[in-house]
Amino acid sequence: MTWFTRRLRRLAPQLVALAIILGIISLIAPGFLTVSVQNGRLYGSLIDILVRAAPVALLTVGMTLVIATRGIDLSIGAVIAICGAVAATLISDGYSLPVVIAVSLGVGIACGLWNGVLVAVLDIQPIIATLILMVAGRGIAQLITEGVILTFNDDTFAALGSGSLAGIPIPIYLWVGTALVIGLLMRRTALGFLIEATGINRRAASLAGVRARFLLFSAYAISGLCAAIAGMIVTADIRGADANNAGLWLELDAILAVVVGGTSLNGGRFSITASLIGALIIQSINTGILVSGFPPEFNLIIKAGIIIVVLTLQSPAIMTLFGFIKASRRSEKLNHGTKEATR
Amino acid sequence: MSASHALLEARGIGKSFFGISALEDVDFTLERGEIHALLGENGAGKSTLIKILTGVYRRDRGTIYLEGSEVSPDDVAAAQALGIGTVYQEVNLLENLTVAENLFLGRQPRRFGMIDRRSMRDRSKALLARYGLDIDVDALLSSYSVAIRQIIAIARAVDLSGKVLVLDEPTASLDANEVKGLFTVLRQLREDGVGIVIITHFLDQVYEIADRVTVLRNGRLVGSRAISELPRLDLISMMLGRELQHITRDHQAEPETIDDRGAPSIQFQNYGKKGSVAPFDLDIRPGEVVGIAGLLGSGRSETAFLLFGIDRADSGTATIDGKDVSIASPEAAIANRFGFCPEERKTDGIVGDLSVADNIVLALQARRGWMRPISSAQKRELADSFIKSLDIRPADRERPIKFLSGGNQQKAILARWLVTEPRLLILDEPTRGIDIGAHAEILKMIERLCSEGMSLVVISSELEELTAVAHRVIVLSDRRHVAELSGRQLTTDGIIRAIAGTGETEAA
Repeated sequence: MTWFTRRLRRLAPQLVALAIILGIISLIAPGFLTVSVQNGRLYGSLIDILVRAAPVALLTVGMTLVIATRGIDLSIGAVIAICGAVAATLISDGYSLPVVIAVSLGVGIACGLWNGVLVAVLDIQPIIATLILMVAGRGIAQLITEGVILTFNDDTFAALGSGSLAGIPIPIYLWVGTALVIGLLMRRTALGFLIEATGINRRAASLAGVRARFLLFSAYAISGLCAAIAGMIVTADIRGADANNAGLWLELDAILAVVVGGTSLNGGRFSITASLIGALIIQSINTGILVSGFPPEFNLIIKAGIIIVVLTLQSPAIMTLFGFIKASRRSEKLNHGTKEATR
Repeated sequence: MSASHALLEARGIGKSFFGISALEDVDFTLERGEIHALLGENGAGKSTLIKILTGVYRRDRGTIYLEGSEVSPDDVAAAQALGIGTVYQEVNLLENLTVAENLFLGRQPRRFGMIDRRSMRDRSKALLARYGLDIDVDALLSSYSVAIRQIIAIARAVDLSGKVLVLDEPTASLDANEVKGLFTVLRQLREDGVGIVIITHFLDQVYEIADRVTVLRNGRLVGSRAISELPRLDLISMMLGRELQHITRDHQAEPETIDDRGAPSIQFQNYGKKGSVAPFDLDIRPGEVVGIAGLLGSGRSETAFLLFGIDRADSGTATIDGKDVSIASPEAAIANRFGFCPEERKTDGIVGDLSVADNIVLALQARRGWMRPISSAQKRELADSFIKSLDIRPADRERPIKFLSGGNQQKAILARWLVTEPRLLILDEPTRGIDIGAHAEILKMIERLCSEGMSLVVISSELEELTAVAHRVIVLSDRRHVAELSGRQLTTDGIIRAIAGTGETEAA
C-alpha cells in the first residue's frame, strides 16, 4: 500500500497534466472521448492517441535509460530511418517476417552499441557522440533504400503498423509490451539501480565496483532496440521506408517526454512509467489540436505553449513555492486547531 | 600613520559550513614586502582563510584590518578594489582572449567610447616588461605556457590591486626552471613592498622563498614563525602533530607480536607506477593495521589508488595467499575482497541522490552483478543492521545520503564495504571532516575489525591517530616509501623524523 501511494505521488503531476489536457480537448471537441467498435476493432480519438504515440513512446523508454546515465541519445530518429530501410529492403527482397524482424532489431542494437563505444570507451560527450549517428544515419538509410522511398506490399509486415488483435491495434501491444519487458528488466534485476548509481556519480559507482561501461553500453543498446521497433512500426504503417522523413525530430519529442515525465537531465532516478505518461501528453496535444479544428499552422505554437505550462508547473522554483504554501497552510491549520482547543 | 600597522591583519576569524566549523579563532598577519607561506594539510582551513580574506566567503566572526583600518570585503571585486588580488591554481584568466585583453578585461582603455587597442597594447607591453616578459600581447593566451600565464595573472592582479597578492598553489604545475622564474618575479614584488601570501605544499620552496610561515591544522592556528628560526623538523611537526616526544604510546609495552599473526596474506612487491609512486614492497598480514603517513602530495592517496587498482601499476607483482593476482581495476580489487573508503567522500564515495540503504548495498550489488539483485527485504535487513551497529543517524534508511552529516556519510560508506566482508579495507583519511564523536567510533571500529582478522590500510595526516591504531606505519616522502616503523619506533616523533629525512629512523 505504501508502495502504491509512493508511486502515485511520483506520477501525480504527470497524471494530473494528462487529465487536464484530455479534459480541455473533450470540451472543445465533442465526441473526443467516445470509443466505438467497428469491424471488431476499437476506434476513437483516445485509441488513436495510443496508436500514434507508439513511436515516441518506444523511443521514450530507451531515452529514459540513457538520460538516467546522464547521457542523451540524439540518434534514435535516424535509427528509425535506418531500421525502417533495412526492414523494407528485406521485405521487398522476399525474406520471411521473423528474419526481417530479427535483422532490423539487430541493426538497431548495433547502432546503440556504436553510440556506446563512443560514449563509454572513447568518453565523448553523449550529445556529440550521438549527433554523429543522427547526421550520418539518414545518409546510411538513403544508401540502403538507394535514394528512393522504398514501398512494399506485404500484409503480414504491414500489420505491425495497422493491424489489430482482439480489437486492439498492434502498435499498442508493441509499445506497452516493450515498456513492460524493459521496465521489469530494470526493476526486477539490479540494472535500474546500477544505472541510477552510475548516472548520479559515475566515479563513486565505479569505485564501488559498478561496471559503468557495461551499463552505458546496455542503456544505449536498449535505446537502439526501442528505435528499431519504432522504425518497423513507422515503416509498416506507411508500407514504405522514407529515409528522409521517417522518425524525423522524434528524438526531440522523446527527450521532451522524459523531461515532462520528471526525470532529470542530470541523470539519476528515473521512472519509465512517468516518461510514458509524458509521451502520451505530447501525443494527446498533437491529436487534440488536430481534432479541435485549429488551423494546422497553429499546431507547433500551441504545443510549445502547453509544454511551457507543464514544465513551469514542474520547475524546482514552483515546487518550492508549493512546498511553502503547503507548510504555511499546515501551520495555519495547526493554529486554528489550537485556537479551537483553547476555546 | 600606516607605517606602524601591518599591511593585512586578521583577528579571530571564524567560519563554519552547515554547522561544521572550518576555521576557529584564526589570526593572520602579513607585513609589507613579506612573502608569507600558509601551510597545512587538506582540510586545515587554508583555502577557507584565503577565501575570507579575498571576499569569496563571508566570515562568521573576526575582524580584518588593511593598513590599520577595518575592512570587510563582501566580494572579490571589493577585495580587489581594496588592494587584495588573488591568483588561483587553475589560473583565472580567459584562454580565448589575447594577453592584452586578459590584462585589461573589464577596464579596457577607451577612446570615443571604443576600445583603444593601441593604448591597451602599449600599456600591456609596459606592464609585462616590469616582469621581464617580452611577448606578443596580441597573441591568444592559450598560446602560452602555464608558467607565462601565471606571470600574466600576477601582473594583472598586482596592477589591479597592488597591495596584497594571494597565490594558491602557484608552482603545482611548473617545472624547476619555471619555478625559478616565478620566484624571481615574487622577489621583485617583495622589493616593491607588495605583501604576498603563498599556499603550497612544497616545503623546499617554502624554505627557498618565504620569510614567514603560518600553519593551520583542523581549522585552528598552530602558529606563525619566521622561517629562519624554524627547523624543518619543527615545521613538519607543526603541520602534522603535536610537539615532539609528546606521545609515547603503549607500543612500547606491546611486544612485537605482529610476526606471530602468521605469514603475510597479501603481498605487493616492487609495486609502483611512474609519476605516481616509486616502486615499494608491502606485506599485509591478517588482522593487521598498516598505517600510511606523509605530507600532502607525498603519494599517500596514490599508494591507495595503486593498491585498489584505480591506477594501474606499471611495475611489480601482487600476491594473495601465495598466488599472483592482477589488480588492474577496482572491480578486480573487489573480486579479491578489497574495499576502499576514499578521501574525497563527496565525489568518490557517496551516490548523493540514492538512499542510505542503496548506498550501503551498492558494492555488494555490483559484485553480485545485475542479474542477481538484492531483494528489497534483504536490503532493508542489511541497511538496518548496519545503521544500528554503526549508529548512523538519522536512522532512516530511505533518506537520500546527501542529507546526512559527513560523519554519518562516512559510516555509511564503511558499511558499504563491511557488507561485502572484505579481507583488506583501505581507508583514506577516514576521520577527516567529521565530528569528534564519529571520529572516536570509527577508530574503535578499526580496532574491532582487525581483531576479527580483517587487514586494514589506514592513511591519515593525524599522526596521533596513526600511532594509536596502526601496528606498523609506512612513511612516504616525495612519492616514495622512505621508512617503515613498528614497535618501539612507532611514535609521532619517529614519523616526523622519517618524513623530514633525518635518517635516524630508517626502517629496521
